[in-house]
Amino acid sequence: MRTLEQTTQEVLDLAAKHFQLPAGSLAPADDFFKKLGIDSLQTLEMLSRIENHFGIELPDYEVQGVSDFRTLAERIQSRL
Amino acid sequence: MLDLSKYQSIGQALKDALDQFADEVCLIEADREREKERLTYRDFKECAHPLARALQDAGFTAGDRASIIMTNQSKWLISAYAIFFAGGTLVPLDYKLTPDEQWQLLKHSGASVLITEYPIWRQLSASVGRVAAANVRTVLVTEAPANAELSGALRWEDFHGAGEPRFVSRVRKDTACIVYSSGTGGRPKGCMMTHENYLEQCVALTSIYPFWPGVRYLSILPTNHAIDFMVGFFGPFTCGAAVVHLRTLRPEYVREAFPKYKITYVSLVPLVLKNLQKGLQARFDALPPAKRKIFNALVAINKALTKSKSRPGISRRLLKQVHEAFGGELRAIIVGGAFTEPQTLQFFYDLGIPVANGYGLTEAGTAITVNDLKPFRADTVGKPLPGMEVRIMNPAADGVGEVSVRSKTVMSGYLSDPELTAETIVDAWLMTGDLGRFDETGHLLLSGRKKNMVVTEEGKNIYPEDVEAVFETLPVKEFCVFAANYIWPKRSMTGERLVLVIHLDPGQQYGEELRQDISARNNRLLNYKRIHGVVVLDEDFPRTASLKIKRNVLAERLASLEGASAILPL
Repeated sequence: MRTLEQTTQEVLDLAAKHFQLPAGSLAPADDFFKKLGIDSLQTLEMLSRIENHFGIELPDYEVQGVSDFRTLAERIQSRL
Repeated sequence: MLDLSKYQSIGQALKDALDQFADEVCLIEADREREKERLTYRDFKECAHPLARALQDAGFTAGDRASIIMTNQSKWLISAYAIFFAGGTLVPLDYKLTPDEQWQLLKHSGASVLITEYPIWRQLSASVGRVAAANVRTVLVTEAPANAELSGALRWEDFHGAGEPRFVSRVRKDTACIVYSSGTGGRPKGCMMTHENYLEQCVALTSIYPFWPGVRYLSILPTNHAIDFMVGFFGPFTCGAAVVHLRTLRPEYVREAFPKYKITYVSLVPLVLKNLQKGLQARFDALPPAKRKIFNALVAINKALTKSKSRPGISRRLLKQVHEAFGGELRAIIVGGAFTEPQTLQFFYDLGIPVANGYGLTEAGTAITVNDLKPFRADTVGKPLPGMEVRIMNPAADGVGEVSVRSKTVMSGYLSDPELTAETIVDAWLMTGDLGRFDETGHLLLSGRKKNMVVTEEGKNIYPEDVEAVFETLPVKEFCVFAANYIWPKRSMTGERLVLVIHLDPGQQYGEELRQDISARNNRLLNYKRIHGVVVLDEDFPRTASLKIKRNVLAERLASLEGASAILPL
C-alpha cells in the first residue's frame, strides 16, 4: 500500500511526463491550471493517464473543483 | 413531432410525447465503456410517475419550486418531468458551483424540494450555507451507498408514491423554470422562463435542426444550461428522439460515444470544439505526405461541392474516415455558450460537418440567431430564428449598436428583482448588452460587449461583482473588479479578461507582498473566475451617497488610461 507521499510523488511524475516537463519541476501545492496553463479538458486527459497508472476509476465529481496536486493525490489515495 | 402550438405547458407536451412515442428509445446512459441504462418512453413514464405521485403525496403542488443539482443523466430528466407533471416550477442549478453558492441560489429561488446526487449532497449537507436555505424541506438523493448517512435527505430510488399521480395543468404564461444566468456574488439573476418561452423556442429551433425518432443527441453540456435543456431534453422528447448521457466526460469516452451510439447531434462549448479541432489537425498533420496530399484534395473537392449548401451524403462518402470517427450519422455540431472563432467553424464545415453556430442568452430563451447553412457563413452568428424580432439600438455610423430582441421566447423577468428586469427589458425589448450589426444578407455580426462581464470559452458568464468577495479584506484603501473589455472596448468577442483595480493607502506601494496576497486570494477562485491583472489607480473611487462605488463613472475614468500598459500582470 502506497503512502500519501508516494502517491503524491507519482502523480507529480505522471503530470510532468504527460505535459513533457522536467522531472521535479512540479510541487504538491502547485495549482495545475496556473502552473501548467491548462484548461479543464486537458486536466481530464491527464486524469485518464493517472487512473491507468493507479488502476482506479475516479468519477468526474471526485475531481470537481480540485486544482492542486496534493488534493488530487488525496482523492486518489482514498480509492487505492 | 408534436404540434406544440396546441399545448399550454412543457408538462402537457411531454406527457403526450411519452404516450405517442412509447416504444421508441428515449434515454441511453453510459459510464465509461459500460452501458448503464436504456429506456423507452414507456419505461421513462413508469419511472417518473411514482416520483410525481410521491411529490404530490408530500404536498408538492402547482407553482411550487423544485431544484435539480445533478450531472447529466437519466434521473435528471425523469425528475424534471415529474416536477412538471405535478405542476411545479423547475430550478435547474449548476452542479459545478460551490456548495455555498448552491445554497445561496436555493434560498433565493424559494425551492421547497431539492433533487441531487449523493456526492453532491455529501458536500452540500456539510456546508454552512445550508442553515440559510430553510425553504428546502425535502431533499432527494440519488445513488447513495447502502449505509450512507443522508443528513435528513431521502433516497430518490425509494421515493415512490402508490397509484397514478394527478396531472396538474399550467398555462403558457406560468413560470416553467427559474434559470440562473449568473449572480452568485450577491445579485442572483434568476430568469423566469415561461412555458410559452420553451414551446416557442422549440418550434423555432426544430424548424432548422429537426429531431425525429431514431435521432440520437449526445448530451454533454450541463442540462441546467439553457441549450442542453432545449436540445438535450425538451426538443428531442417532443419529437420521439433519444438522448445519450455519459457519466464521465473524459475525452476518450466522449470520442468513443460517437461511433458507438451513432450520434446525430451534439452540443459543445467553443473550448471543446477547439480542442476537437486541435486533435483532428494533429492527426491530419501526421499523415504520410502522399496520403496527406490525397486528403487535402478531397477536402478541396468537398469545399467546392458544399459551397452553397451542406451535402451530408456527399461529404460522408468523400471523407469517409473522418465521418466514421464521428459515427457516420452526425448531422451537425451545435455550438453555444460563448463566441466561436470563425476559423474553427470553417475547419469543420470544410470536412462536411456543419457547426450550428448561433447567438443567444438565457434571458432570450436560448437562441436568438442561428446559422441556417443556406449558405454556411463562418463569419456571422446567423440570421434571427423564426418569431424573433432583432434590432440594433442606436447604431453608430458603421451600423454597430446594442442588439435587442422581442419575441415570445424572452423571459418574463428576473425573480424578485423588478429593478433589474426594468433595466433589461425595455418596452418589451430585451437589451442584450452585446454589440453587433446586420449585414446586407440579414446575418448578424457580433463585435463586442457593452456590459461589464466576460464570457469564457467554456460558456461561463462571469460578472465582476461575483468575484469581489474574495478580495474583501485586501489591505488596500479600496478595490473594484472590472471586465477589461468593458473599460477598454475592443471589437472582439474572445479573450475577455477580468482586472482588479486597486487604490492604495497613502504611502503604500504595490510591492511583491501585496501581489502575492492578491495572487493567493485569486487562486481560491475557480480557475475560470480568476482575474488576470491589476490596475493601480492613485485617486479616490467615485461613490454614491450610500458609499457604493459608481462603477460606470470609475470605468470612464479608467478608460482614459492606456489599457495595455495600465494592467500589471499577476
